[in-house]
Amino acid sequence: MITISAAFAEPESIVSERKSAQPLAFRAFRDTLFGPSETETGGKRLAKAAVEARHVTKAFGDGPERVLALDNVSVEIRENEFFTLLGPSGCGKTTLLRLIAGFDHPTNGSILLNGEDISHLPPFKRPVNTVFQSYALFPHMSVADNIGFGLEMQGKPKAEVAKAVDDMLRLVRMEELKNRKTSQISGGQQQRVALARALAPHPKVLLLDEPLSALDLKLRKEMQIELKRLQNETGITFVFVTHDQEEALTMSDRIAVMSAGHILQVGSPREIYDRPSERFVANFIGDTNLMEVEVVSVSNGRARLRFASGAETEADMPEGMSEAKSVTVVVRPEHAQLAGTGDNGVLSGQLENVVYFGTDTHYHVRLDEGVLFTVRAQNVRGGAEERQPGARTDIVFSELAVQVLRD
Amino acid sequence: MAEADAQTTGHTSTGRADGRAAALPNLTRRDEVRRKWLLVAPALVVLALAASGPLLIVLVYSFLTPGNYGGVVWEFSGEAWFKVVFHRDIFDDTLGFADAHLSIFWRSVKLSFLTTVLAFIFGFPTAYFIATRPEKYRGLWLFLITIPFWTNLLIRTFAIMEVIRADGVINQILLGLGVIEQPIQMLATDFAILLGMTYVYLPLMVLPLYASMEKLDFRLVEAAYDLYATRFQALKRVIIPTVKPGIIAGSILVFVPSLGAYVTPRVLGGGKHLMLGNLIELQFGQGRNWPLGAALSITLLLIVMVALLTYIRTTGNSEGGHG
Repeated sequence: MITISAAFAEPESIVSERKSAQPLAFRAFRDTLFGPSETETGGKRLAKAAVEARHVTKAFGDGPERVLALDNVSVEIRENEFFTLLGPSGCGKTTLLRLIAGFDHPTNGSILLNGEDISHLPPFKRPVNTVFQSYALFPHMSVADNIGFGLEMQGKPKAEVAKAVDDMLRLVRMEELKNRKTSQISGGQQQRVALARALAPHPKVLLLDEPLSALDLKLRKEMQIELKRLQNETGITFVFVTHDQEEALTMSDRIAVMSAGHILQVGSPREIYDRPSERFVANFIGDTNLMEVEVVSVSNGRARLRFASGAETEADMPEGMSEAKSVTVVVRPEHAQLAGTGDNGVLSGQLENVVYFGTDTHYHVRLDEGVLFTVRAQNVRGGAEERQPGARTDIVFSELAVQVLRD
Repeated sequence: MAEADAQTTGHTSTGRADGRAAALPNLTRRDEVRRKWLLVAPALVVLALAASGPLLIVLVYSFLTPGNYGGVVWEFSGEAWFKVVFHRDIFDDTLGFADAHLSIFWRSVKLSFLTTVLAFIFGFPTAYFIATRPEKYRGLWLFLITIPFWTNLLIRTFAIMEVIRADGVINQILLGLGVIEQPIQMLATDFAILLGMTYVYLPLMVLPLYASMEKLDFRLVEAAYDLYATRFQALKRVIIPTVKPGIIAGSILVFVPSLGAYVTPRVLGGGKHLMLGNLIELQFGQGRNWPLGAALSITLLLIVMVALLTYIRTTGNSEGGHG
């Protein structure tokens, strides 16, 4: 939470390194496993919906105990996408996943798979597989039997199942543990078996229910990279559920932020982080500075805003808010700087606290209007001189750093 | 942050280990062994006095000569063991198999096996039903299962008799509806014994089945469905293998007492359809042949042991035996 930028820079760079190192080999491997993917042979990525939820409501219980786990949720998940449902526990993300898997059925609305309504199909009739939070490996079967279970249930011939199991074991790098019982392997290995088991039947969509939450930090980082690699190699649509914003930012193509049974915002990690549309999204992902500002004027969707300090800036106004007299804006700590000498500050205040984090330093500034504002600065050798708490300081940020929230 | 976490947990765990080591006095191996024996001693004493002792007496009696008015004469004889299987004609001394005994053995094994199967067929869905109820209602359902234990076995058996006898409830209803013209003879048949024993021993199947099903992780079942298993396949490939310890325990708890059942076959079998328990009782009572009764008892014991060993051999070797 503290060092988002540093934390997600690392695994991503490793992923891209690997991709660039042997893209052809990986593609060939994927093609032998799953056949060339349609979107690739088509020459460009098609933004077709793999999974679609249409006005889905799910209620549990009756009468006064009735709880709405999902309240009129609509979302489109594209083909070949790594799509993440992100939110705190109880926000409905797992419920939505279970509706897609077929363990539960929507109270209202429908779930579509490749345009076909599957709302009332049982799980065993849906070309969708799940990686469970607890892995749910069959304890009485070997690793290989677990992985082959889905294909066996589909009635595939023995030889084909055996071959697919070997391919899967190679894909998750577990060849040597083939005949172990699942109780005899470590948590990280169980995780890989669970993945292989769900991937073996070549599902259209792979659902992952907080699959990394039981792993320790180091293993979790490894598995994040591993998952991304698997998604690249298999070209299967991944729907990933997590409450860990860092995980979501590093792995996803797109993220849906959920809260209290609603989807608040859907977008790429960058959009979600840089352009949060709601207070909840801004707060849930990363650190934020929230400020009430006055709206001076609005024209063509651009607003002139005035800070309490008197400084003015321009920002995009969310739709339907042109009447607002005051709005809340977000400025990310790393998008602002302490003003050097000669800069014209946007805000000014007194430096209250300086926290050194190694890679960066956080400056907590008490603004003159009383609000605490955090500025994060990357540490560089031979950089600016150390600031002392108690000093007066100005804060600068560009217009681009200001994001207006829809309230 | 993670490093800090690792360090703290590292500290606590070492601290705990130290604490435990300090709490235990330094025991030598001999002390430890003595301690273990002292702990199991009470159970061993009870077992020796109440199980092994009487068993030994029964074994010795089976090799003695029957007394004229019951009891035994202290004179060695293999006659009782001979009579368990063979029959000597009283007029011409020709040897033959003791058909009566063998058919009773066979009936006992057959009815006990069928009782076990029926108890499983009825007990499995029941246990599954209870295990899938919300937790707060499970206690109530289990309580209902145990209610029959509150009434004496004899009374429950007579109650069944009332239901199935010629002018009993079932026949009265069927006659009244005009479904049948003559009452169906149910009492004093194998069917009656089977019905009674299934009823009596059903809870002994349900309880261990429930115990293992309650521990069943239903996410495994969801995982099976997710991997294209139909409901039947999920049952066969996931549920049954995982609850196998419960199935084994339940089957043993039903099969073993069924084999030695006495009251149920006596009341519902009407004295014509004997089972091993009745045959043994006969030898100690009217038959006045205690050694034969003793030999039959030991035979029963052997049948049970052989059956159990075969059962455990065949089920234990396949997947999930150790559950």
